[in-house]
Amino acid sequence: MKYLCLIYEDEKWWEKASPAEMQQGMADYGAFTDSIKKSGNYVGGEALQPTNTATSVRVRNGKLSATDGPYVETKEQLGGYYLITAKDLNDAVQVASRIPGARHGTVEVRPIMEFDQP
Amino acid sequence: MIRLLGDFDLAEEALQDAFAAALERWPVEGTPASPRAWLISTGRFKAIDKLRKRRREVASPPDPLSLEERGYDPTEVEDYDVTDDRLRLIFTCCHPALNPDAQVAMTLREVCGLTTEQVAAAFLSKAPALAQRIVRAKSKIRDARIPYEVPELRDLPERLASVLHVVYLVFNQGYFTRADLATEAIRLGRLLVELLPEPEAIGLLALMLLHDARRATRTTSDGMLIPLEEQHRAQWKRDQIEEGAALVRRAFETRRAGPYALQAAIAAVHAEAPSSAETDWSEIVGLYDVLLRMDPSPVVELNRAAAVAMRDGPERGLALIDAILARGELQDYHLVHAARADLFRRLGRRAEARAAYERALELAVEGPERRLIERRLVEL
Repeated sequence: MKYLCLIYEDEKWWEKASPAEMQQGMADYGAFTDSIKKSGNYVGGEALQPTNTATSVRVRNGKLSATDGPYVETKEQLGGYYLITAKDLNDAVQVASRIPGARHGTVEVRPIMEFDQP
Repeated sequence: MIRLLGDFDLAEEALQDAFAAALERWPVEGTPASPRAWLISTGRFKAIDKLRKRRREVASPPDPLSLEERGYDPTEVEDYDVTDDRLRLIFTCCHPALNPDAQVAMTLREVCGLTTEQVAAAFLSKAPALAQRIVRAKSKIRDARIPYEVPELRDLPERLASVLHVVYLVFNQGYFTRADLATEAIRLGRLLVELLPEPEAIGLLALMLLHDARRATRTTSDGMLIPLEEQHRAQWKRDQIEEGAALVRRAFETRRAGPYALQAAIAAVHAEAPSSAETDWSEIVGLYDVLLRMDPSPVVELNRAAAVAMRDGPERGLALIDAILARGELQDYHLVHAARADLFRRLGRRAEARAAYERALELAVEGPERRLIERRLVEL
């Protein structure tokens, strides 16, 4: 079964980080990604640019509006994700708990909805 | 059945179908050699039929064939283990990923066999709202695939803690008025100790038995709390106290005694003392010291302060309580003010006692503890 692990972190942490901390942070993520590639849990994953680069798109009555920024201000922002495959929720939670962001932010684990093949 | 199908409702229906089939066929064909295996394998086929039918009706049903892909071996039902399954059920119902109220409700329903109405009545909630929570929890178990299993050793301490927490919640809900809930909690506690004799499971069972042994003497017939020193110790249930004390020793012998075992040890010292005056207060203070190191909390500190007051005199207890309040903690907790008031009363400082009882009264909700505070005020 597939799960999406959404990593919510205070993006200011990365802004404030010293070059050494930044390097450590990158290395931690690199090591984690390698470990889940080896274990076979990895399906995909990306880091996102900070929320100040975000654009919210809505179509109402056929009219497109594209506005600056995320929809709501929050203390932690979506900073990246991993798509993983896991045996069950316990297995997925174990993998998610090793994501470096879980140590100071929050990782939301969402099961992927599976549709029947037509 | 739940393990085979990964779905509570489907499993319930499947088993009902299997029983119906058994009623038709066993009288004609004779009882099969292994009735349990027959029921489970029949139920499983009924469930697969049902899923196939649903597949034609609904857009995206689960695929019955994936049962095998999920690693379920249908021949496994032959040596199907009942005790293991009860433990799996408890761990699934108390899974920390489920809503806390739903954990309690599911445990009482699925493990203890209470109806949704009975659970709702016990927790003063509305049955439809509770039923809704249970439905949501069950669909989460299915959709997020919460496994029906006893957690791996690595996760066991944490997962067992959430199971014990649910059991203790049920017990506390029944502490003053609902003896039936306390009995259910003790039954669950016994089951856990039998299936998984971990020190904290043993400790919790001991704690519940020791508290429950005093049930009859804890409140007056009109529902007022009777303080420990005024309880009729002759009416405490000796057999339960002995069982609880033996369990405390068993938990301590593992050298992994945790907070439940420590609280049980404190309760055992109280229960085995012939009177309040003859209680080994030094032992109790010492146990609180260990408990505080293991699980620091201002409520434990308050209880320790009350024990210190018994050992070293009310002034010493007061100083400790005032230190907690000075840190800005527990200021709105009625029992802090009731405890201070009791100490002032023992020191003969009536005006201060009155003020503290009045503050406690402002904060206390309706119940046996509040009734006692009212009595104390009248007596002053």
